[in-house]
Amino acid sequence: MTCLPKTTERKLGLVIDLDTCVGCHACVISCKGWNTEHYGAPLSDMDAYGGAPEGTFLNRVHTFEVARPEAPPMVVHFPKSCLHCDDAPCVTVCPTGASYKRTEDGIVLVNETDCIGCGLCAWACPYGAREMDGAEKVMKKCTLCVDRIYNDTLSPEDREPACVRTCPSGARHFGDLSDPDSDVSRLVAARGGFDLMPEQGTAPVNKYLPPRGRDTLATPDLASLCEPAPAAAGGFLGWLDRTLEKL
Amino acid sequence: MFSQPSPELCPKVGDEIRKTTCYMCACRCGIDVHLKDGKVAYIEGNRDHPVNRGVLCAKGSAGIMQHLSPARLRAPLKRVGPRGSGEFEEISWDEALQTATDWLRPLREAAPEKLAFFTGRDQSQSFTGWWAQSFGTPNWAAHGGFCSVNMAAAGIYTMGGSFWEFGQPDWDRTKLFLLFGVAEDHDSNPIKMGLGKLKARGARVIGVNPIRSGYNAIADDWVGITPGTDGLFILALVHELLRAGKIDLRYLIRYTNAPYLVNAHDGPEKGLFLRGTDGKPLVRDRRTGQAVAWDSPDISPDLGNGVEIGGVTHLPVFRHLADRYLADDYAPENVAERCGLPAPRIRAIAAEIARVAFDEEITIDQPWTDFRGVTHEQMVGRPVAMHAMRGVSAHSNGFQTCRALHLLQILIGSIETPGGFRFKPPYPKPPEAHPRPHAGFTPGQPLDGPHLGYPLGPEHLLIDDAGRPKRIDKAFSWDAPMSAHGLMHMVISNAHAGDPYEIDTLFLYMANMAWNSSMNTSQVMEMLTDQNDDGSYRIPRIIYSDAYSSEMVAFADLILPDTTYLERHDCISLLDRPICEAEALADSIRWPVVAPDRDVRPFQSVLLDLGARLGLPGMVHEDGTAKFRDYADYITHHERRPGIGPLAGFRGAEGAGKGRGAPNPDQIDRYIENGGFWIDHIPSEAQFFKPWNAAYQDWAVARGLYDSPQPYLFNLYSEPMRKFQLAAEGHGHRQPPDHLRARLTQTMDPLPLWYPTFTDAETDPADYPLHALTQRPMAHYHSWGSQNAWLRQIHGHTPLYVAADIWAAHDFSEGDWAVLTSPHGRITLPVVRMDALNPRTVWTWNAIAKRRGAWALDPTAPEATRSSLLNHLIHELLPPKGDGLRWANSDPITGQAAWYDLRVRIEKAPAGQSVSYPAHPPQKAAVPRPPKNLAQHVKG
Amino acid sequence: MHPAPSLILFTVLSGTGFGLLVWLGLGLRAPTGLAAFILFGLGYGLSGAGLLAAAFHLGHPERALKAFTQWRSSWLSREAVLATATLGVMAPHAASSVFAHAPLPVFGWLGAALALATILATAMIYTQIKAVPRWAHWSTPLVFILAALAGGAVIAAQATLGAWLMLGLGLAMAVHWYSGDRQFAASGSTLGSATGLGGLGTVRLLEPPHSGQNYLLREMVHVIGRKHANKLRAISLGAGALLPALLLLLPMGYAAVTLALIAHLGGMLAQRWLFFAEAEHVVGLYYGQR
Ligand SMILES: Nc1nc2c(c(=O)[nH]1)N[C@H]1C(S)=C(S)[C@@H](COP(=O)(O)OP(=O)(O)OC[C@H]3O[C@@H](n4cnc5c(=O)[nH]c(N)nc54)[C@H](O)[C@@H]3O)O[C@H]1N2
Ligand SMILES: Nc1nc2c(c(=O)[nH]1)N[C@H]1C(S)=C(S)[C@@H](COP(=O)(O)OP(=O)(O)OC[C@H]3O[C@@H](n4cnc5c(=O)[nH]c(N)nc54)[C@H](O)[C@@H]3O)O[C@H]1N2
Ligand code: SF4
Ligand code: SF4
Ligand code: SF4
Ligand code: SF4
Ligand code: SF4
Ligand SMILES: [Mo]
Repeated sequence: MTCLPKTTERKLGLVIDLDTCVGCHACVISCKGWNTEHYGAPLSDMDAYGGAPEGTFLNRVHTFEVARPEAPPMVVHFPKSCLHCDDAPCVTVCPTGASYKRTEDGIVLVNETDCIGCGLCAWACPYGAREMDGAEKVMKKCTLCVDRIYNDTLSPEDREPACVRTCPSGARHFGDLSDPDSDVSRLVAARGGFDLMPEQGTAPVNKYLPPRGRDTLATPDLASLCEPAPAAAGGFLGWLDRTLEKL
Repeated sequence: MFSQPSPELCPKVGDEIRKTTCYMCACRCGIDVHLKDGKVAYIEGNRDHPVNRGVLCAKGSAGIMQHLSPARLRAPLKRVGPRGSGEFEEISWDEALQTATDWLRPLREAAPEKLAFFTGRDQSQSFTGWWAQSFGTPNWAAHGGFCSVNMAAAGIYTMGGSFWEFGQPDWDRTKLFLLFGVAEDHDSNPIKMGLGKLKARGARVIGVNPIRSGYNAIADDWVGITPGTDGLFILALVHELLRAGKIDLRYLIRYTNAPYLVNAHDGPEKGLFLRGTDGKPLVRDRRTGQAVAWDSPDISPDLGNGVEIGGVTHLPVFRHLADRYLADDYAPENVAERCGLPAPRIRAIAAEIARVAFDEEITIDQPWTDFRGVTHEQMVGRPVAMHAMRGVSAHSNGFQTCRALHLLQILIGSIETPGGFRFKPPYPKPPEAHPRPHAGFTPGQPLDGPHLGYPLGPEHLLIDDAGRPKRIDKAFSWDAPMSAHGLMHMVISNAHAGDPYEIDTLFLYMANMAWNSSMNTSQVMEMLTDQNDDGSYRIPRIIYSDAYSSEMVAFADLILPDTTYLERHDCISLLDRPICEAEALADSIRWPVVAPDRDVRPFQSVLLDLGARLGLPGMVHEDGTAKFRDYADYITHHERRPGIGPLAGFRGAEGAGKGRGAPNPDQIDRYIENGGFWIDHIPSEAQFFKPWNAAYQDWAVARGLYDSPQPYLFNLYSEPMRKFQLAAEGHGHRQPPDHLRARLTQTMDPLPLWYPTFTDAETDPADYPLHALTQRPMAHYHSWGSQNAWLRQIHGHTPLYVAADIWAAHDFSEGDWAVLTSPHGRITLPVVRMDALNPRTVWTWNAIAKRRGAWALDPTAPEATRSSLLNHLIHELLPPKGDGLRWANSDPITGQAAWYDLRVRIEKAPAGQSVSYPAHPPQKAAVPRPPKNLAQHVKG
Repeated sequence: MHPAPSLILFTVLSGTGFGLLVWLGLGLRAPTGLAAFILFGLGYGLSGAGLLAAAFHLGHPERALKAFTQWRSSWLSREAVLATATLGVMAPHAASSVFAHAPLPVFGWLGAALALATILATAMIYTQIKAVPRWAHWSTPLVFILAALAGGAVIAAQATLGAWLMLGLGLAMAVHWYSGDRQFAASGSTLGSATGLGGLGTVRLLEPPHSGQNYLLREMVHVIGRKHANKLRAISLGAGALLPALLLLLPMGYAAVTLALIAHLGGMLAQRWLFFAEAEHVVGLYYGQR
């Protein structure tokens, strides 16, 4: 199935707000918990209590620092999972058909029983969104919680990805990015959502919202805000007396 | 042509959901535990829960790995090797409980104070305190003294409540939010949810913190203040607001003691309020010029002018306040250098506070009636909210800094108004409504009252006639007169020194005192193992309850292994640290959603068992048999006052009682049916202005929070502090020792002030130019996280974050290590460059470092080999000053441990450094070796 | 990229094997009998060993057959199909040469074309990875093809042809390095574009997502020193191409040819080690590696 569908009926994906993410790693761990118990093999942890633990994670949060010419440096927390690209190179390179992009919603998945663990798809992904499981030796990646979003054993409001459901600050949004009227599409339009590495030509579905301007406080001096300034006549006590009079 | 695979889209998550309360931190979120085949399969947030509304943090989601940790203790342990070695033998519960009884019974009968019982961040303090009271020892407290007592006490004394569990910003309405010194806080998820709300609305967030990470990274404006100087910064804001007249005079007159008249005459009355014959403080009525009772109807209290009575001048509090803060000392230009901030930035922030508070005032069309009987048509709010935590409180000037912060909030009239800061029931509760501390012990008898409380003057200190402290931690002595939470961090060193007296048994619960919760960790480990000439230990006996193979375990003689949080009953009680919201009363439970698979017992039940064996009052029937089957039975049937018990919900035979009502045998089941919690919303007319709102006061009485309405005014000026200061000036019969007089006179100022931290004042910047801080990682809870296979991959070591100029000055490059030196010690750590950092500050993560052999980790674990605690550099005492005395490294008012006063010097470690220092000898693990690889999956 | 021995062996051995098969198929050298047995044996042996080595790289070699299904999109699948087809189509030609002393040119030519296509497919597995800019360049298939043909020519004892091919290979490697050193920059991927924060200022990694190791870092982020790389380039060029060319141009007979082959294979192992080790994957940007 490694030919990409020409179009998909919907484009389900995530919108991640870099203005709001506090870098708490909640999404990382809820993803680990859900996907350890669901969709294919559990996400293993090698040398779990040892000197060099190495586990499989489908979502990881990086932290970057941005040095700015005229303003204090910024710190940006940066969660990253599969972007469910429209032109997903990870899919087309797969020799077995294990990797595929679903025609109905655009979700990119790995069918683990077909995966030979060649690792080529992970190489093809510019974003580091695929990890080979250390124990099972099959390729793991974000499933967009395909086994939650359609899961009729869950209550309707729970049919969203585990990471979105858990994000305490509400920095993660899930929806159909092919529908210009969806909440996520509106958010992307309103906040200038962008693609990661557009030059790689992958046409990611997931979008990122930029951090808002930082350190822009430019309120003028208090003195200009108050008339008449207390210091003007009779000093502070004079002002106090006049003001109390008016109360 | 293509047939897509069809993955299973609708797997069943589990067979059953059990709703209980998370315990990966003190935030206490509601969780849905999905069970498969009786085993825990998946944990997610409870959407209906008032605390977290479905969200969960990393720790909460990793609860399953905590529950399955290989470091879980398996059975009671008796020490067989030397203390500290970790050599134990598993014993039966009978033997363990008999041993504990044999140790404790003689103490109770002869000298109950020789038991020191201290508990960590458990959530059953009202229970453990009650047990200790019943035992009769004065030596009980929880961990608050080293945690954030400055914050709690300053809040209570100033306005009847503080941040965190006491109150919260009005997240839905606030338009400007200032966050001081917070990395994570107890309100972890609510703060994140709140910040999310502000961000969604585009409200401005200002983060005041030397380090721009976490919450501060998303702050719109970052104020990278120099540690220990927040008080100065805040008072500069106050200076600016006063200068511009941007303060809420109406609010100050109505709700604060700003108009109270203060005696200006030298002598024993100086600084005390002028009171009428009925004891009521007086104010000057502008209309008549007379001093009248503060609550007289139809008066116009003056804020500027005083009265003269019998030659004695009495000036209003506000006048003192204005005189002090309008002085040039607090002008932005004059504080800028010390705070590490440009003066224009301070002015801009003051202006923004003023602009939002007064130009963006909000109103809610909700009539309400105040305690004077006046009805207001609307609720008017000043939508500026603030929140602060240990960055301001964990300094030796922290109490006064917290006071200054509350002063700022009150001056703009934002507390308890829409958009401002709101109390959570059972707060507000002024100091007068809290108990006084007690230490009256008699062999064989209960203590004469609750251990902890809020002293209102020297008469409430717990000292004997010679001025000696009555408590082992010296709480409520002249060393720390208002130490409302006790001083857990002083217990081991005082017990080791036999000062003020020797103890026999140290009983600790859930506190890693041999490691990350102690200052001066290496030496504390020595104190715990130190022996007398005859080979006996200086601290004769140590009993400890932990659930995991922690560092502290190695130092105990008897271990009482606890269950994990999914295996026991707990109650998050209104008597203790409840989970209320600003708009609702709420409490919750934990219950055994799975049964333990090891020979462990819930500690609270064990304590009740022990209490029954010792025949403690309240724990046995008249015939001496145990009164409570277990903790669940206690939760259901114990009454603190008639009709008031550990849980407020579903009381009475019908289960309809709210707050008050007879015990209900089905109460816990009702909680379980209700998702593990109970919530009761405050009526809309009672939602704001709670300290003065008649409807709120009546509602609070109905719910059993107060026994009668307790309206009160905010204490801009703290008369109890003035009383301590008067004593230091030589007035009154209880007198501090001479060496403390000057310090008390300076620091017990009844109006907020700033002074440099003791360490800063004593440190030559040439020797120790840098401040060193720790921060809590959001994905770890103190030492617990490292046993969690998922979490330890996120934070497995402690790099030292170093600002760009220090990086350059020391020619650091990636992969280098640094040596960090304080007057007390030296540690080595790998370095990482961070630019978004106050240039005079270095920092690392708190409590990630582990002793080799602890927590079931391999000795090569990076937690042990690439990590170190700053605690090795922090002493509980300040360096000697040559007067023969060592001063505590604590706040002089509350005794709060001054973790963040630390000053250090940095050097590049010699090339080839690859292991952190100090490297303590490994402890023998109290548990079997863990599995190597995990592929955790519960088959249904 | 992590220079996995299995992949280094795979590309060098199977490349050389298929290169040899190209020449044997084209009938440039048409051995029969024992000579055919040895030469075809070497061709099959080298390519087979290479393919086996590649199978070791798989997490689930037992499912390897599935790799034959996606030839429409996947170069790896194509490589598997072409390699098998080559070996199959070439078999009658080989068998007939060995046992009947009669080459079957039609099978040979078809087999040669398939072998060439196999080498190309192998190269394309790497060339198609845009995320590794050093590889995504026309010089990658050129190096692979010339290396295979040159190595094959040496084994086929085609000294002159081999020498020229060696010189061509040397040139191709030089071009590959020259352009490769510029490819990352040319790809336009930077930490700024990777995070979308480039417009705000200079972006730097402050904290990796995990303090521990992970698959991505092990597999895709391999840092090698510049000095080290230059030394290996010299070895690759010298031993892999120039020295063999020289040896082949000397009239020294089989000894020289054997020496040339050994030098070439050694040089190619170094070249392939470098090919992986030097190749930076853009994901390294997220880890502050570049
Ligand atoms: N995830 C997680 N949550 C926790 C805990 C945990 O271990 N992990 N622990 C719980 C406990 S017991 C507590 S007490 C709370 C503590 O909650 P916090 O107070 O949020 O925790 P700290 O990490 O001590 O953060 C102190 C912050 O103050 C800053 N700071 C230090 N000195 C100064 C100063 O002088 N001025 C200013 N403005 N800032 C300063 C530090 O940079 C740091 O960001 O967290 C609780 N919640
Ligand atoms: N350098 C530095 N040091 C600090 C601080 C700092 O900011 N910087 N912060 C200080 C503060 S505010 C605090 S609160 C302390 C915290 O310090 P501690 O309270 O000592 O920290 P924890 O690591 O949480 O240790 C609690 C112990 O409880 C055990 N435990 C966990 N769950 C259970 C359970 O269910 N039952 C039982 N019986 N035991 C359990 C754990 O195994 C652990 O041994 O650290 C203090 N130390
Ligand atoms: S992010 Fe990577 S794994 Fe996901 S679809 Fe795009 S290329 Fe494939
Ligand atoms: S690792 Fe699995 S999914 Fe990825 S390319 Fe190979 S076979 Fe396909
Ligand atoms: S959508 Fe699901 S699988 Fe993907 S990152 Fe979120 S939790 Fe993980
Ligand atoms: S859970 Fe939300 S806030 Fe936390 S790291 Fe993930 S995206 Fe950021
Ligand atoms: S904040 Fe996290 S660890 Fe704390 S109670 Fe909530 S979910 Fe649990
Ligand atoms: Mo704490």
